[in-house]
Amino acid sequence: MASIAASDVDAPRPELRPEPARSYLFPRHALVVRITHWVNALAILFLVGTGLNIFNAHPSLYWGQYGANADIERRWLEIGATGGAQPQGFVRISGITISTTGVLGVSNGANGRPQVIPYPSWATFPSYRDLATARNFHFFFAWVLILNGLLYLGYSLVTGHLRRDLLPRLAELSPRHILHDIAQHVRLKFPKGEAAKRYHILQKLAYAGVVVVLVPGIIFTGLTMSPAMNATWPWLLDLFGGRQSARSFHWIIANLIILFTLVHLLMVVLAGPYNEIRSMITGKFRVDPEVAK
Amino acid sequence: MNGMSRRGLFTAGGGLLLAGCDQLASPGKLKSIVQSAEMASLRWQRLVGRDALAPEFSAADLSPVFKVNGTREPMEAEYQQHKAENFANWQLAITGLVDNPMRLGLDELRRMPARTQITRHDCVEGWSAIGQWTGVPLGLLLKAAAMKTNARYVVFRCADNYGGEVAKGGAQSKSIYYESIDLIDAFHPQTILAHSMNGAPLSVGHGAPVRMRIERQLGYKQAKYVMGIDVVASLAGYGSGKGGYWEDRGYEWYAGI
Repeated sequence: MASIAASDVDAPRPELRPEPARSYLFPRHALVVRITHWVNALAILFLVGTGLNIFNAHPSLYWGQYGANADIERRWLEIGATGGAQPQGFVRISGITISTTGVLGVSNGANGRPQVIPYPSWATFPSYRDLATARNFHFFFAWVLILNGLLYLGYSLVTGHLRRDLLPRLAELSPRHILHDIAQHVRLKFPKGEAAKRYHILQKLAYAGVVVVLVPGIIFTGLTMSPAMNATWPWLLDLFGGRQSARSFHWIIANLIILFTLVHLLMVVLAGPYNEIRSMITGKFRVDPEVAK
Repeated sequence: MNGMSRRGLFTAGGGLLLAGCDQLASPGKLKSIVQSAEMASLRWQRLVGRDALAPEFSAADLSPVFKVNGTREPMEAEYQQHKAENFANWQLAITGLVDNPMRLGLDELRRMPARTQITRHDCVEGWSAIGQWTGVPLGLLLKAAAMKTNARYVVFRCADNYGGEVAKGGAQSKSIYYESIDLIDAFHPQTILAHSMNGAPLSVGHGAPVRMRIERQLGYKQAKYVMGIDVVASLAGYGSGKGGYWEDRGYEWYAGI
């Protein structure tokens, strides 16, 4: 056999080199990930809308095991309205009152006229006060969230999706790398070309945070509000510091999930909504050739 | 197009969207699928903790003010007379699918073996209050009454003709308050007919002379002003047949969550 010169090995073989000028479709999201993503999106939409309707039945939050109207020293948040002919909406957080007329406390109803209601009619499901229906839908979609989440989690653990795509590598966690990524985002510079095929560190932290912290957190704080689950798993009360604390944490985590969703949607729009949304429907993501640096 | 009409269009469009969403909440196939979650929750919770006891608290944990909710005082003539007589002639009737129907006065109930428990009351609206309850375990009464083998549910008939609160959502027509539970909850050791609260006889606001404590379910199951207990095979024949005043108005019969 003839000896192989080093130059023969190192020289790029033309037939294996990707054609640099052409963009191509890359299989980005697996079928299970796509299905669970949209089922999850539907569940979150209903859980938020019904959750706000449920909150409207008692628009106050407390710390501790118990809390009701008279327990003002335990109350840390209240959405309300002043009395009188022209009521004013307010949010009171730990004694600080913020005027929120038009959005919280007092807002326009379906007829366009102001009504006294903690969360506005346009944000709740149903749009009118209906605790019974809101609870029916909330618990149905809670089951959807849990079963869908278990399917996603099982799939992601078995296939290595979590470890491979969402678990940050040690080098990515260096403050320098994270700061660089934040700076790139602030300048609205998103990864292009081959680099866009992988999640960058802010994406990894956001997605892993939702999967590992926020969704389990919203489920377990929800279960802690169930009197039957308190009997079965009393440690839930110890974990969150009581049923009313769990209700407060449930609300806080729900807000974080809403915040994540809004930022997520904004990023989809900024990164190129057509390609991003297609990749979550058909799975295919267009990779454009890398622009020379 | 000027700003006002654009805004008007936006409001109209939003209103149309909301009306479309609200359609999903109307009775139909979707609603019945959605409501199947209730039985999923019941089965799951019975699977993982059928006989679990609700957490009990200490005297230091008692709510300084235990909120009175729902009916504050039944205005029906029969109840008013009992109240005027300090419930001396009030009798609890235990009837239905039992071999020994019973009528028990308040003094008799107070002399029976009692359980005292400090538990948390969770209103469906979201608030909680901790109180101490003393009363006769329901299982003890049901054993004494000797239930027939086809018994499935226990129904609590109350004295109040409740009108609900329209502000809490929906039309709430007036009718006699009632509640029901299955036999697992009926024989649960913490299910008691409470005649005392925080060491004193039950007040009218909290359901005098006796109210139910079913500690693993929400507040609306804790029927106040109990006049009679019916052991039945089916919930049909009471109200709209859903097993309770609030159940007839869309709330879950199983209120463990």
